[in-house]
Amino acid sequence: MTDIEIVSRLPQDERVLLMPLVRTTKTFWRWAAVMAAITVWGAFTYVHQLRRGLGVTGLNTPEYWGIYIICFVFFIGISHAGTLISAILRVASAEWRRSITRSAEFITVLVIGFGAVQPILDLGRPDRVLNVVLHAQPFSPLLWDVLSIGLYFTASSIYLYVPMIPDLARIRDLGIRPRALYAFLAIGYRDTPKARHTLERIIAVLAVAVIPIAVSVHTVIGWIFALTLRPMWHSAIFGPYFVMGAIFSGIAALIIAMAILRRVYSLEAYFKDVHFNNMGLLLLVMTVLWFYFTFAENLTVWYGGEKAELATLYSKLSGEFAFPFWLMVACCFFIPFGLMARRATRGVAGTTVASVAVVIGMWLERYNIVVPTSLHTMVEMASVHYVPSWVELSIMAGTLSGFILVYMVATKFFPIISIWEIKEGREKSIDEVSERVASYLPDDLAAVDS
Amino acid sequence: MARWGMVIDLDRCNGCQTCEVACRSENNIAVGGPQAARENRTISWMRVHAEVEGEWPDVRARFVPQPCMHCDRPPCTLVCPVQATSIDREGIVNQVYARCIGCRYCANACLYTVKYFNWTRPVHPSSAEPGLNPDVSVRPVGVVEKCTFCNHRLQRARDLARGENRPLRESDYVPACAESCPTGAIAFGDLENPTHRVARLSRDPRAFRLHEELGTQPKVYYLTERD
Repeated sequence: MTDIEIVSRLPQDERVLLMPLVRTTKTFWRWAAVMAAITVWGAFTYVHQLRRGLGVTGLNTPEYWGIYIICFVFFIGISHAGTLISAILRVASAEWRRSITRSAEFITVLVIGFGAVQPILDLGRPDRVLNVVLHAQPFSPLLWDVLSIGLYFTASSIYLYVPMIPDLARIRDLGIRPRALYAFLAIGYRDTPKARHTLERIIAVLAVAVIPIAVSVHTVIGWIFALTLRPMWHSAIFGPYFVMGAIFSGIAALIIAMAILRRVYSLEAYFKDVHFNNMGLLLLVMTVLWFYFTFAENLTVWYGGEKAELATLYSKLSGEFAFPFWLMVACCFFIPFGLMARRATRGVAGTTVASVAVVIGMWLERYNIVVPTSLHTMVEMASVHYVPSWVELSIMAGTLSGFILVYMVATKFFPIISIWEIKEGREKSIDEVSERVASYLPDDLAAVDS
Repeated sequence: MARWGMVIDLDRCNGCQTCEVACRSENNIAVGGPQAARENRTISWMRVHAEVEGEWPDVRARFVPQPCMHCDRPPCTLVCPVQATSIDREGIVNQVYARCIGCRYCANACLYTVKYFNWTRPVHPSSAEPGLNPDVSVRPVGVVEKCTFCNHRLQRARDLARGENRPLRESDYVPACAESCPTGAIAFGDLENPTHRVARLSRDPRAFRLHEELGTQPKVYYLTERD
């Protein structure tokens, strides 16, 4: 019996959710080829940069950091999609989470490497990267970053893997190829009530543990900037601002992934309108928070009126960076707020459009943080501009396509929606939720008295 | 323990840039050429900034030579993830080229923009090769470099003084920029030693430091112009 025959005889949930593992369409191969080509191109340009030095970028003095650092903050921000959102929804026992946690966790684990590699791409001497370990200087925020990202990657990988074990065991039992892979990953799990109980307790602990780790990651990234004395970087709001921005872009990335998965794998029954509506509401909250943080940040700078800070601020509001700044405001606030504030536009199409805007806007936000401050030095300098070179843009494209490619490949080996959690939802949660709601309601006084 | 510092009299500086040239040849600074200048990638450990004040016809130009400020609280050393830049016991802020990973965090943290990055492989024209200074290492591509107060000269002066069995004199250790300045605008010495000129000049009423208010405690002082 072929894998496809095995899967087509299964009941609905397993049939639909395991089908992508056994059947691969031509469209998939075409997109995979395109993504692989762009990734290879990006890798090729990096080799070019390795041979010629960072001179092939558009960077200069004082624009020491550019696209790579922007992408570093951006991709690590995207990685907050998974673990944090999924953990918060799990801890809050949000029942609608069941079909979306897995796809979110996969984003985290797969994008984090692409984000973490960016500062290495940015190094003048990548051959000496191990010095960070050999000669670690504990007061450097960059070192804190290496530690927190390392911890985050480890924790989120475990947090992705552990809840996947029952599904992997099921796939192993069905005998889907590659059998050795699933047998290895399922680590001899048998789905007994006792095993399930242990598993759920581990997941509950992990979900709580990953939240502070995720918060620390983007806080420390914000501190890389905030702990310098540079205008508009040296700001106490940066830690929380970065965490908020990371969750914001993470939610948007997750909505886009859900919309694509729903279409290509016909998951309309699993990623339902209500999921997009709820995610859209989360996006709406984050949109408003984003506006609040951005307003607070800029008002503080403007009211303080310090010379170098003001020069940086005005370059964004009305100067050289007015276009990226106001485009960011449109993408991060006006477009998503306009769409998400109305129920009518909080469907699949509306949330997807809003999310694309947010992802673009959040990339621009990192651009507006990194570039204008770099160019505003405390000592007067001749006016300098920064135009990214084709090498930087190629590597950025390669990074994005590389992430999309590994995500596509992951959906071919692992069910992108948790099968056992859906099943559990059908079998147990409906009763549990009724009981829970009943427990919120006032007690019967007569019963309490007696 | 000495605390090396510099006092630059802006009243005496006429903007001739001899200090820049002397620094270049003393410290084997790469020649970037017109391309590096166009791309804002030139390296110049000592740089004479020209500031123009006022509007025509009431225009005043002033020249501010800017080496590394050798801050007592350097923002650059704290952020380095690999301890490639650090302040030594005598207050000189150094860069270890063999350890630097080229992340440029120090260059971004520096408020005076005096840390320079080797964007490309440093080039020394063949005509300049015989004149390279054997006391100063030539930097590889991809690392940050900076003014060192010519501390190789300190090592040599100290060896010499020890050989002659005498204490270090003020004239023994002078960086190339101070030595070459035709108007004597740059004084150098031990800020803690009352017999050194810099100790007196740094307490002059005309003395100020760049962005003193930020608490970096630079050891390069300037004397304002007299009107």
